[in-house]
Amino acid sequence: MESTSTPERILRGIALTLVILFFMFPIFWIFMMSFQTNETILQIPPSLSFTPTLSNYMALITGKLTTAAGTLDIAFMGNLGNSVFLSTASVAVSLLLGVPAAYAFARHKFRGSEDIAFTLLSFRFAPPLLVLLPLTQYFQWLGLSDTYIGLIWVYQLICLPLILWIVRGYFEDISADVEYAYRIAGHSWFATFRKIALPLAGPGIAAAGLLAFIFAWNNFVFALVLASASKQPVTVGALAFVTSSGIQYGQIAAAIVLSIAPTLALALYAQRYLVEGLSLGAVKG
Amino acid sequence: MASVTTARKAPSGFRISKKALPYVLSLPALLVCIGILIPFFTAVINSFQRYRLSQPWARQFNWGENYLNFFTDPSFWNTLRVSLTYAGLTVVLELLLGLGIALLLQKRSAFNNFVSIMLLMPLMIAPALAALMWKLMTNPGFGILSYFASLVGLDNFRWASSPDTALLTVVLVDIWVYTPFIMILLLAGLRSLPTQPFEAAALDGVPRTFVFFRITLPMLTPYILTATLFRLLDSIQQFDIIYAMTQGGPGDTLTVFQVEAYLNFFQSTNVGRSAALLIILWAITYLLSNIFIKNWLRLRERARGEA
Repeated sequence: MESTSTPERILRGIALTLVILFFMFPIFWIFMMSFQTNETILQIPPSLSFTPTLSNYMALITGKLTTAAGTLDIAFMGNLGNSVFLSTASVAVSLLLGVPAAYAFARHKFRGSEDIAFTLLSFRFAPPLLVLLPLTQYFQWLGLSDTYIGLIWVYQLICLPLILWIVRGYFEDISADVEYAYRIAGHSWFATFRKIALPLAGPGIAAAGLLAFIFAWNNFVFALVLASASKQPVTVGALAFVTSSGIQYGQIAAAIVLSIAPTLALALYAQRYLVEGLSLGAVKG
Repeated sequence: MASVTTARKAPSGFRISKKALPYVLSLPALLVCIGILIPFFTAVINSFQRYRLSQPWARQFNWGENYLNFFTDPSFWNTLRVSLTYAGLTVVLELLLGLGIALLLQKRSAFNNFVSIMLLMPLMIAPALAALMWKLMTNPGFGILSYFASLVGLDNFRWASSPDTALLTVVLVDIWVYTPFIMILLLAGLRSLPTQPFEAAALDGVPRTFVFFRITLPMLTPYILTATLFRLLDSIQQFDIIYAMTQGGPGDTLTVFQVEAYLNFFQSTNVGRSAALLIILWAITYLLSNIFIKNWLRLRERARGEA
């Protein structure tokens, strides 16, 4: 890059500062709010000088909120557990189903393979409620309404296309010659898949799994429509929590912090793969 | 694909004929998704029926009536208008902002990489939770943004609770969440551009605005197109942010397609109208995604070839 003039450098600096402020401030502010009592939250003008308290987190973890008006039960830790379980199980099922399929699509150009792959991809772009609303009735007939199994099944709509398309790209990048060589030596396709293809595509599979986990965790509408209070993940639970105890702002902030921390941590860990994952492999990072 | 597998005795273990293998491998994934296709057809049928959950006995086919009614239904036109406004505003603003930020961070340096990772954080937050964060910040009683508004003379600025500013508020949240998406895609695009045209232009002393509009932008177009269509498809279907923020309110200010369909189904229990709304939305996204997939495939091939 050519050297830039001083006024331009200053302008760029100001612009970048404003950008960082805009995108970071809400996270910072909610984080601060989660360590404040309602008294300090409600004071005007807002101030950053307060004695931090862990009482909001304690209330969430113990599930009991003692106020002047009495005690209030908070089911938030249950929501957090649901999120962990639903996201983990969904990704596990997705990997089990999606990785072999991705391998088939990458290695074998069989009849209808592109059509099938695109049908799966099109789920990523269809309005979720179109499927979810009729599904509520089917789930009642099948006895799946408000079960973890039903939710994990529907979560495949989020995880499976993601895993299929990212992992397929990784399999396509592996030279097929290595596999042929191994097969000529008399090994079965399964041994080839397990000993050669899987380890080589390993990092891609891990990245796809992490991204699918983030997307499953962040999903809102699936559980909003299909899950009752006891099965709800944090995204729906936090909203219900706001409605039920609308004035406990400190606890709401703490609940938000606990809900967003896992995905933020995972994203930082998997940042190398984010670009590819977010564009389903269309853009290499 | 030569038949090298016959070179030796058939491998022990799994014996699946070579032809059937790919189908066997992809079948489980397919079966799981076929289960999802059935509700889709149910939705199509529902959209051609007079069907209210409150009057299940009166359920009957009325063929196109749900759709025909839309022509004279002001609330449908409101839905269409709000959805298109929301999608248009968010995508254009996010594109401009995302491109600007990507250009600021284009140079590879430890600091720029650090900033771009930090800026990704809003994107990793669930949109519904992001809306709750902004709800806390725009609370008329103690919200920091309401306080900032009052500092610049906007006393009693009510953000999402006023019909005049509700759209602005949810668009702002959408920009906060999704601009990083466009930024990171365009940044990857900018950094993958060949350097020779820029070096040649610098040698010839070509003005930088000319370089930007005649070299950078045209070469970046496939990335811009991908990012735009990705966002357009999501944005026209936005539900999480709007529902978590205002549930479509105040009044019908923010009843975009999915929110309106959700309220139709669960509040007014009008399954037929709800399904018809979603089918129209699906038709829009289907058209968009067909354009999208074509462009995206081309880009994917290119990324694969250069990798």
